[in-house]
Amino acid sequence: MEIRTEKEGTAIPDPTPDGARQAGSRRRPFAGARRLPLGFILALLAVLLVLSMAVAVAVGSAQLSTADVFRMLLNRAGLTRFPTTWEPHEEQILFALRFPRVVAAAIVGGCLASAGVLLQGLLRNPMADPYVVGASGGAALGAVLGSLLGSRVAFLGFGAVPVLAFVGAVGAVALVANLASVGGRLPIVTVLLAGFAVSTLLGYTVSLLLVIDARLQLQLPRIYGWLLGGISVANWTEVSLIGALALATFCGALALGRSLNAFSLGEEGAARLGVAVERDKRWILAVSALLTACAVSISGLIGFVGLVVPHVTRLACGPDHRRLLPAATLAGAVFLVLADLGARTMVSPVELPVGILTAFLGGPVFLVLLRRARRDYQW
Amino acid sequence: MVGDSPLLQVEKLAFSYGQGRVLDGIDLAVRRGERVALLGRNGSGKSTFLSLLAGTLHPAQGRIRFQGEDLNQMVARVRARQIAMVPQTLPIPFAFTLREWISLGRTPYLSTLRGEREEDRAAVRLAMGLAQVTELADRLVGEVSGGERQRAALAMALAQEPKLLLLDEATAHLDLHHQVGLLGLVQRLNQERGLTVIAAIHDMNLAALWFDRLVLLHEGRVYADGPPAEVLRPAVLEPVFECRVEVLRHPTEGVPLVALRRMKDEE
Repeated sequence: MEIRTEKEGTAIPDPTPDGARQAGSRRRPFAGARRLPLGFILALLAVLLVLSMAVAVAVGSAQLSTADVFRMLLNRAGLTRFPTTWEPHEEQILFALRFPRVVAAAIVGGCLASAGVLLQGLLRNPMADPYVVGASGGAALGAVLGSLLGSRVAFLGFGAVPVLAFVGAVGAVALVANLASVGGRLPIVTVLLAGFAVSTLLGYTVSLLLVIDARLQLQLPRIYGWLLGGISVANWTEVSLIGALALATFCGALALGRSLNAFSLGEEGAARLGVAVERDKRWILAVSALLTACAVSISGLIGFVGLVVPHVTRLACGPDHRRLLPAATLAGAVFLVLADLGARTMVSPVELPVGILTAFLGGPVFLVLLRRARRDYQW
Repeated sequence: MVGDSPLLQVEKLAFSYGQGRVLDGIDLAVRRGERVALLGRNGSGKSTFLSLLAGTLHPAQGRIRFQGEDLNQMVARVRARQIAMVPQTLPIPFAFTLREWISLGRTPYLSTLRGEREEDRAAVRLAMGLAQVTELADRLVGEVSGGERQRAALAMALAQEPKLLLLDEATAHLDLHHQVGLLGLVQRLNQERGLTVIAAIHDMNLAALWFDRLVLLHEGRVYADGPPAEVLRPAVLEPVFECRVEVLRHPTEGVPLVALRRMKDEE
């Protein structure tokens, strides 16, 4: 085979065949990847999200008829005027309990998945999840301190636990960034190490508090449930405030997509492409910390979503962060809405911590991905 | 086409890593359309010099002027549209296709939120064509051979539409076939498109064949600077590399051919 050169029209031998390609005979003959259009992926995920939310709203321990649920929803949306054939308390259950919870699950899933995308991109590390830079330890300590304060403190309708979990998550990441900073630079490996150390220290501080404080021991099941992760929102105010904050932060994340792509060439590579490396590293950390804090404040520590969802989404839509961020966010929302539905209904009336479910779903998926890749995992 | 003022003007450039001074007063002027090879021993500062030109390091002393403008005063994105570099290797943590990977070269042209425009896609297509990787566009970067990946790295640099192309040992890991292929490609880009090239290169015979000006760095300074026949002489090379060399004449190309001699005590 020959390639015609552009100008002279002379033929030069095709330089492609070589040992490396022949050695790869175990691989598919045409590796490569075709990418689906982003619009198609997002539309598909949006439909999935609406469907999963509709199912999640319709199903629960209180038996509401699916038809009634849809009539109530359509009436509430002002689209229809079905006559009221249901009990008033059923409408209460639907709009004051299930609906905010389902929306909250979607927000939490989206936040964790997008924070995972940001940190995996920044750290160029497939093991990174939203908690890797200290957010989990800080949030846990905040939540435990919040439990000590109990209901005496409230802020914008939030109890002490969500507020302090939020503050703890952001504070811990800020502490890690401060500790890892060397002469105005933020070396990635130092960030990872500092994140690990701070997370562990804060985690053991939580353990210490739980061991020595009698009041906390009384609340142990509740705190344990929080640490395992479970959606808990009291009202629409909480959901809409967190939702608004998450949405604004997510828009900030979208603006970082270009830099995240460049970071895949390493920091020097990104700098050569004109990226303000140190500035954007701090932005990525800050935005991911805020997204994680939004999630943990109303859900506790749900694992595996921020790790697995970005990986799976990357397989479907490629590693370009400008595509990956919105797609993974929607996928995370779908995943957590369904996981939360499972947590509520699988062993009803007992409610499982959703973190257990995401681990049991996410863990095997991750392992399958690893096994399938065999040689080296191309994430 | 040679302009009056040099494309690149380096004055008394100095740089240290901690205590160790790597560059100690480099003076160098490169005109538009020149093809310059940087030679020197390991640690002679070739890579440091290129990093300073690419703007990823900042000089301790001295100045780099690019088209008359102080390089360190330039906005990073503006600089990245003028100067591109192909390093020895690039990390590939993600499963990018070659087209996506090469498109990263458009980063300095993209606005924060808007995606690639038609002119970006056109630049990527052109770069892939020039680097002869068009047929590999949908392959994954991790699955092509080392030679193909280096051509893709060259395409990424070309997608930046630079005026100055820097190569940092870009052929060091390649076999003879791919070394010849890549350097031939760079020579064509230089001759047909007027791209100015500065390449750090270890192999003096490759340098003699594909570059018309050689700059030998030694002890942080420019030790020799000129066409291959002037620089590749035993009197220049032996004190720098501390070994015995014979310089022959290339039987067909006419350029100097450097042959090593064993040291006396090894015989």
